[in-house]
Amino acid sequence: MIPETAGPVILFSLPLAAAITVFIRPRWSVPVTLGASGVLLAAAVWVVGVVLQQGAWRHDIGGWTAPLGIGWNVDGLSAALLLLTAAVGLAGAVFHASRPAPLATVRDPRFFWPLWLFLWGGLNALFLAADLFNVYVALELVSIASVGLIGLAGGSAQAAAWRYLLATLLGSTIYLFGVALLYGRYAALDLALLTDGVERDGVTAVAAALMTLGLLLKAAVFPLHFWLPAAHGRAPPAVSAVLSAVVIAAGYYLLVRLWFGPFAPLLGTGVATLLGLLGAAAVLWGGLLALLQRRLKMLIAYSTVSQFGYGLLVFPLAAAGAAHPAWTGAVTLVLAHGLAKAALFLAAGAIVLRHGIDRLEALGGDQRGATLAWVAFAIASASLVGLPPTGGFLGKWWLAQAALATGGYFWLAILMVGTGFTAAYLWRALQAAVRPGREAGIDPATLSAALGLAALSLALSAAALGLAAPVLGVLLDAGPGAPG
Amino acid sequence: MVYLSLTGVLFVLGLHGLFTARNLLRRLLSLNILTTSVFLLFVVMARLAEPLDNVPHAIVLTGIVITVSTTAVALALVVRIAGRMREEDVGAAADPRGDVE
Repeated sequence: MIPETAGPVILFSLPLAAAITVFIRPRWSVPVTLGASGVLLAAAVWVVGVVLQQGAWRHDIGGWTAPLGIGWNVDGLSAALLLLTAAVGLAGAVFHASRPAPLATVRDPRFFWPLWLFLWGGLNALFLAADLFNVYVALELVSIASVGLIGLAGGSAQAAAWRYLLATLLGSTIYLFGVALLYGRYAALDLALLTDGVERDGVTAVAAALMTLGLLLKAAVFPLHFWLPAAHGRAPPAVSAVLSAVVIAAGYYLLVRLWFGPFAPLLGTGVATLLGLLGAAAVLWGGLLALLQRRLKMLIAYSTVSQFGYGLLVFPLAAAGAAHPAWTGAVTLVLAHGLAKAALFLAAGAIVLRHGIDRLEALGGDQRGATLAWVAFAIASASLVGLPPTGGFLGKWWLAQAALATGGYFWLAILMVGTGFTAAYLWRALQAAVRPGREAGIDPATLSAALGLAALSLALSAAALGLAAPVLGVLLDAGPGAPG
Repeated sequence: MVYLSLTGVLFVLGLHGLFTARNLLRRLLSLNILTTSVFLLFVVMARLAEPLDNVPHAIVLTGIVITVSTTAVALALVVRIAGRMREEDVGAAADPRGDVE
């Protein structure tokens, strides 16, 4: 085997193999999952290292080439997202394994670990996939696993899971309709083949519109975000973390792949401005609603709607001519958001366990047992707001430069107002910590320090992302997906 | 051409059902009709191609397997939700149509 293919092979097959193992042998769940998570993180780091050294590459499975064979495509963007998935996956697994089980009940606990690993495998398959139909298969794997994981919280989470299921299946069906049209027009599904052959005509435009609509629904872009807050706010903490950090990013990843790949000739000013306005509306509406929430986890969930709005600003800025800084900035922002948001959800999970309730006004008072979690919350907030030198700052800096270079002052203003909203709602959450509170929480000794540490390590990674700016710049430039 | 228009009709029918139905099972069936319309489109594309193309058939087969799995997950969820509704409405007559919203 050529050494470079080993990374993707491990990333693709290990989670699925581990999922089957823990389904058959529930008793081995925790050691098998944690062991597999460690290996997956190492494999993702390795893949990133290989991309940094020798650039993007493509692997045709079994030596079958496109259009008949199935390929894997590894470039800077997919390697970065694979690493994000691994970081969040490991931290979430540690969090879930070390939670005090009697206090955080999960319906059918033995199904948690197989679903967790299936979700991980589906995400890895998605980030590796090089053709549109494989993307669909991976999307469905991700959907099914996510729905199961949300439903595990029981109670009202099942209704949220149902709404999520309908929204996500509708999204992938609309996406597949677009894929069928594209196939009928070009008789190709491979992203690289399509990128070379796409022309500007009616069928392609309809296909692009349908696929974009389906993916916007999956990425919960305003006004198609209706399903997100309930699903992300009610799921178990580790599940909320991976859903908000990575699953939403997967929808966004495909949008970027398509519009900077096959559909690049179609990205005129009109389309780009429309996508940018949707993003701007998401930033403002999500930020406003986050500010109005009374529950900690719902506040964080609305923040996801708001933060992914920034990601869409890449389209108008790229159409205006600043493709490179806008692209790098938006992807950095999505990565920083992933790490910070997962940290916030895990920290919130630990804080809610400590106080037994997630209403903001009840989170004050004695914080023993949740100190680490609050520290993680504060650091992650700093990155989400964009204080230097965090990853959030870096992403916003690049986006702002793109806006300044092209005279896009409207987009710059959105960036600023959104930052104001972010600061305001996160400040509200942090304020809750220092208020005097009631003493109805649980004994702090039952809370393992690993809960806070899992959140803290993600928060510190989000902060450190800003310091890794030069490496990140090189990594994201590697690959055909990156605009020149 | 007939089949191409049928695809459109099924697609609209499925969308309409998904957004108007209140019954959980009806919504699921609407979604299945929607998926079927996409599969039909793939088959039409295969027929229209010169020479006949067999890749769409493989795609549709895979798609059918995926739809069976998603439908199974959805049905399991419906059973859970319906069961919970029944527990909560002790005394109230269970709604025979299974409406929850």
